[in-house]
Amino acid sequence: MSGPSAESAEKAGTARGMAEGAAGAVPVVTRVVVPPRSFRHDLRAVRIVLHRELIRFSQDRIRMVSNLVQPVLWLLVLGTGLSNLMNGGAGAAGAVNLRTFIFPGVCAMSVMFTAMFSAGSIVWDREFGFLREMLVAPVSRSAIVVGKCLGGALVATAQGSVILALAGLAGVPYDPLLLLQLLGLMFVGALALTGFGVMLAARVPSMQAFFGIIQMALMPMMFLSGALYPLGGLPAWLSVLTRLNPLTYAVDPLRQAVFAHLRVSPDLERTFNPGVTWNGWQVPVGLEILLVLVLGVALMGVAVLEFRRGD
Amino acid sequence: MSGGEPAVAVDGLVKRFGEVEAVRGIEFAVEPGEVFGFLGPNGAGKSTTINMLCTLLRPTAGRARVAGHDVVSGRDDVRRNIGLVFQDPTVDGYLTGEQNLRFHAELYGVPRAVIGDRIRQVLEMVGLWERRRDRVRQYSGGMRRRLEIARGLLHSPRVLFLDEPTVGLDPQTRASIWEYIRELKRAGRITIFMTTHYMEEAEYCDRIAIMDSGTIVALDTPEALKAGIGEDRVQLRTADDAAAIAALAERFGVRARVDEGVVTFAVPSGEAFVPRLFEGLGVPIRSVSVSRPSLDDVFMSFTGSTIRDAESGSSKDWMRLAVRGR
Repeated sequence: MSGPSAESAEKAGTARGMAEGAAGAVPVVTRVVVPPRSFRHDLRAVRIVLHRELIRFSQDRIRMVSNLVQPVLWLLVLGTGLSNLMNGGAGAAGAVNLRTFIFPGVCAMSVMFTAMFSAGSIVWDREFGFLREMLVAPVSRSAIVVGKCLGGALVATAQGSVILALAGLAGVPYDPLLLLQLLGLMFVGALALTGFGVMLAARVPSMQAFFGIIQMALMPMMFLSGALYPLGGLPAWLSVLTRLNPLTYAVDPLRQAVFAHLRVSPDLERTFNPGVTWNGWQVPVGLEILLVLVLGVALMGVAVLEFRRGD
Repeated sequence: MSGGEPAVAVDGLVKRFGEVEAVRGIEFAVEPGEVFGFLGPNGAGKSTTINMLCTLLRPTAGRARVAGHDVVSGRDDVRRNIGLVFQDPTVDGYLTGEQNLRFHAELYGVPRAVIGDRIRQVLEMVGLWERRRDRVRQYSGGMRRRLEIARGLLHSPRVLFLDEPTVGLDPQTRASIWEYIRELKRAGRITIFMTTHYMEEAEYCDRIAIMDSGTIVALDTPEALKAGIGEDRVQLRTADDAAAIAALAERFGVRARVDEGVVTFAVPSGEAFVPRLFEGLGVPIRSVSVSRPSLDDVFMSFTGSTIRDAESGSSKDWMRLAVRGR
């Protein structure tokens, strides 16, 4: 019966006639032959899973707005409020606006929230049965996971670009090169975070549990990342914790990029943009990015294994 | 198609969950082009069996071949050749009907050149072409089910699995879904493997398997199964049911019970029995009816419960099971 798909459109007309007649004719159909699995086929699967994420995101206005509220609050309200404090105290610090300082951190946070939400949709898909539609398809688990992660990362980056649009309010110049750099860095960070989220989502049975865990994980990750304060001159315990936090290595390159486009005295630079050090050794930005990338790929790998294990 | 190979061939299939043996070495074959009904009370092992046939669950022992491929060693080949319509909706409400189908086509690697035609054909078949641009969230329950059937057919599967395809639908939608199923059958080329709790639907199947406690307890055409019961069902309305039941036991050696307010029992040839009844029962009879055995009686005699009792099931459990795979 595996005849080639040639006998195709012959009866499209018949089928069309049927639609009104509430079924009465023979439903004849273009015979499709599903090809054996191949790399190209997996790529198509990645693309369509990714595409679905984008469609869903673009239709979910509420989510778009709600994911923006928190970062904007941090940037405009907390950033402005605390700047006041600094202006009153250290006169020398006045040259760097606190909003400028936390801007990269806020970018990272917004990406983080969106990425996690996207990953959480796997739990959602499971609750609403759609995951099963994907899992019974003749495609590899990795195609589904990679599609989901790329989709989540793209969505998160898109969300982050809205924050970038606010750069002016934070005193960050609209330099196209800088904006591109930031977008790229956000994408890398988002990929790792979606990987983390998907890995979690593969095990978590319900949406409530997922958000519980996220809440538990995200807050400490954010507070220990240097998103909100510089990482230089910290007490030893805090210093160690921040160095162990992967998010640190996603935030620092963002800040380095921003400060590279500001004119700041070396003194201020040292205070506000000390970078990340390991036992006194300055970790290069390239290595930080590599760390985040490797971590992201590793987490995705774990997620794939988790889905395979379910077979 | 390779010779006369069955569409589904199951041989000594076993599934254990820890201590529990959900499927205990079953065996059956479904011929190509057949509409095969799979019946049984909840917990009988139907869902576990279907999940193994759909490659969602790995058998503990035994073999199953679907569309000519082994469900374990040829998993992807099986997946390419089967269509699935689950009882729980598995469409994405955020996407339009057309987008849902396109997602499926890409996921199954349907050649790009035919995707458009094919989507149109299946949507027209289930009468959803006009609504293709609406998001599925706005569809009614019946429309969603029809969309799932369209999707299950999109990649021209050789075997279509329908798990309770008409449960929870209004009679009109049920009728139209059966219309599609019969048309598919007429067009040949596809084998339909379905579960149902509606006996009148089971009647439409070419053959029926009844599963109970992990084993297949009956497998034949609906006619043969009914004939195999060999007894007609007699229903009596009497002035005194308790006395009638006692009299039936004492004078005719027949065990009767009250079922839905009517004294009910089964005897080999009902018509011939009725005159004797009037003669010898000794309890005033208000009315009598004699009926040929129905599939309900068949189901009852093999499983000890009516199919309607068996219906109140939790489909959620098997959804979770399927997704997590154990």
